[in-house]
Amino acid sequence: MLIDRNTRLVVQGITGRDGSFHAAQMAAYGTQIVAGVTPGKGGTKFENTVPIFDSVHDAVDATGANTSVIYVRAPFAADAICEAADAGVRLVVCITEGVPVRDMLRVVPFLKERSTRLVGPNCPGMIAPNARVKVGILPASIVKPGSVGVVSRSGTLTYEVVYQLTRAGMGQSTCLGIGGDPVIGTNFIDALRLFQADEETEAVVLIGEIGGSDEEEAAAFITEKVTKPVVAFIAGQTAPPGKRMGHAGAIVTGGSGTAADKMAAFAAAGIPVAKIPSEITGLVAAAAPALKRG
Amino acid sequence: MKVHEYQAKELFARYGIPVPPGTVVATAAEAEAAAARVGKPVVVKAQVLVGGRGKAGGVKIAKTPAEAREKAAAILGMDIKGETVKKVLVTEAVDIAREIYVAVVMDRRAQKPLVMASAEGGVEIEVTAKENPSAIQRVWIDPLYGMHPFQSRQLATALAGDAELAKPMADIIQKLYRLYDEVDASLAEINPLVVTPDRRVLALDAKLNFDDNALERHPDFETLRDLDAEDPGEVRARAEGLSFVRLSGNVGCVVNGAGLAMATMDLVKFYGGQPANFLDIGGSSRPEKVIAALSIILQDTSVKSILFNIFGGITRCDDVARGLVTAFDQMNLKLPVVVRLTGTNEDEAREILRAVPAIHPAETMDEAVKKAIALAA
Repeated sequence: MLIDRNTRLVVQGITGRDGSFHAAQMAAYGTQIVAGVTPGKGGTKFENTVPIFDSVHDAVDATGANTSVIYVRAPFAADAICEAADAGVRLVVCITEGVPVRDMLRVVPFLKERSTRLVGPNCPGMIAPNARVKVGILPASIVKPGSVGVVSRSGTLTYEVVYQLTRAGMGQSTCLGIGGDPVIGTNFIDALRLFQADEETEAVVLIGEIGGSDEEEAAAFITEKVTKPVVAFIAGQTAPPGKRMGHAGAIVTGGSGTAADKMAAFAAAGIPVAKIPSEITGLVAAAAPALKRG
Repeated sequence: MKVHEYQAKELFARYGIPVPPGTVVATAAEAEAAAARVGKPVVVKAQVLVGGRGKAGGVKIAKTPAEAREKAAAILGMDIKGETVKKVLVTEAVDIAREIYVAVVMDRRAQKPLVMASAEGGVEIEVTAKENPSAIQRVWIDPLYGMHPFQSRQLATALAGDAELAKPMADIIQKLYRLYDEVDASLAEINPLVVTPDRRVLALDAKLNFDDNALERHPDFETLRDLDAEDPGEVRARAEGLSFVRLSGNVGCVVNGAGLAMATMDLVKFYGGQPANFLDIGGSSRPEKVIAALSIILQDTSVKSILFNIFGGITRCDDVARGLVTAFDQMNLKLPVVVRLTGTNEDEAREILRAVPAIHPAETMDEAVKKAIALAA
């Protein structure tokens, strides 16, 4: 789903501190990194192997890159996303945190015109343990090949849940972080549609948080369109209203976007909701009794 | 970031949105002088960032300068939802024929700015949404085109009722959207926008919130920030690159990542404890960040135990452990500290923490939370 052995990755911002560190991590896991982009550094190489280009267009022309991951600083992230889309990259994953909302509002229609899927920004990206491919920053040490799909608005909370699944013997098909910002490229419904169609996935864990109504819409979508078992968890049950809880999108405004509302929406749709993270594996086991464990 | 009404009105005026003349003052004597300059009845309005000041008695009419002094004296120093009133806006009292609501917000679902308007101004929009939802007009804006003039005309016509009033109203709505877009606002609200008996249209109140992620390209807005109205811990945390929100409990929490930080405080509550704060030390946790986090938490004397919940990814557990060791050396830390470190370099971290026998180690998040609650009791 989204990434596999045919993923040919271009890393935008490959010479930066985060970009270079994670490019090495992704390559070590098995991801095919075919190019890097840093304007002004074209013609050089990353770790003596990966060619660096001045533009994504050059990188795509020369290497056939079909997926991009972005580690550039926030003021330049929206431009980097649009550049990748314009160069014909079909999947763009933006790790960068702190992208202004106004920039993202202009990116969204630009991507629609070019049929490019964006994941993020402000997300940890994704990892597919069965194919041994990762695009982003999720630590490979905590995953295990298997058939549970994980989708989340958070980073480290995803790691915590994935780690608990792995310890319970429940491997993962794809772990996908969609990002903690108010305007993101791929939302819960998009992710659920992908997991529903994905042959590797037998059950889905959805990790939401306060702010917006993406979880409520996901609950309605599951009722209508998802036949695979889904287990949900919502962070921020004790968050005070009007305060931004770290993530730009994690804020309860005017009484809407509360954890209680989201949990109630899932419960009303018959979707099991874990009250605490350590209940998740038990609920997955109950909801998907045929799940292969190892 | 939120700004005060008087600051929002200055920006409104810069964009050509009519506002009644006013002066912001910090003393009762200045309020009297300001009212004398107006020469008419005035309204004395508490300048606070929290909502609901009217109900709290923070907005009063004064017919004479002496009365303005009296009202200002009563309002200044008043506590409104935990915020002390340091300034009041003295502004001309305007006769009102009609009150209207207009706001630009970001619609997360549509991924577009949304202009909302209602002929029932002076009421909170949430109340209108609940009690009379059909009264709210909505127009979504294509961010690439901006607000089309026909869109502001449509709204204004629906609100104004007659063509003569619709024109200035459409003009104000158009300017409000331009302001919202150009200053990277997350909310631009006029409630109420009033029509006077002599048919002038004026923004009687103004609310502006800015997108924190965009502040880098508006460096001049930093001067609008009211540090007095913010929690000192939150101010300090921002300077240190941490994300912090004070709560009222006694278990101090230090976590990496916003989602895990929220889940940690939820878990404290779940097991019968009370979290003292939300604190995300962020991705790359240099030891100095750990020390900064601890000193912010220790300013709160109600904190009785400290809980570290770190899931190493980009964050390296050994960095956090080193920060903890340094903190114990430098800070004369007397409170019990429970530490749970999992992920990148956790073995190295465990080795480092052996040097500090006062630390209570925990294997899982649940175990760490239960220990921290027990130690806070």
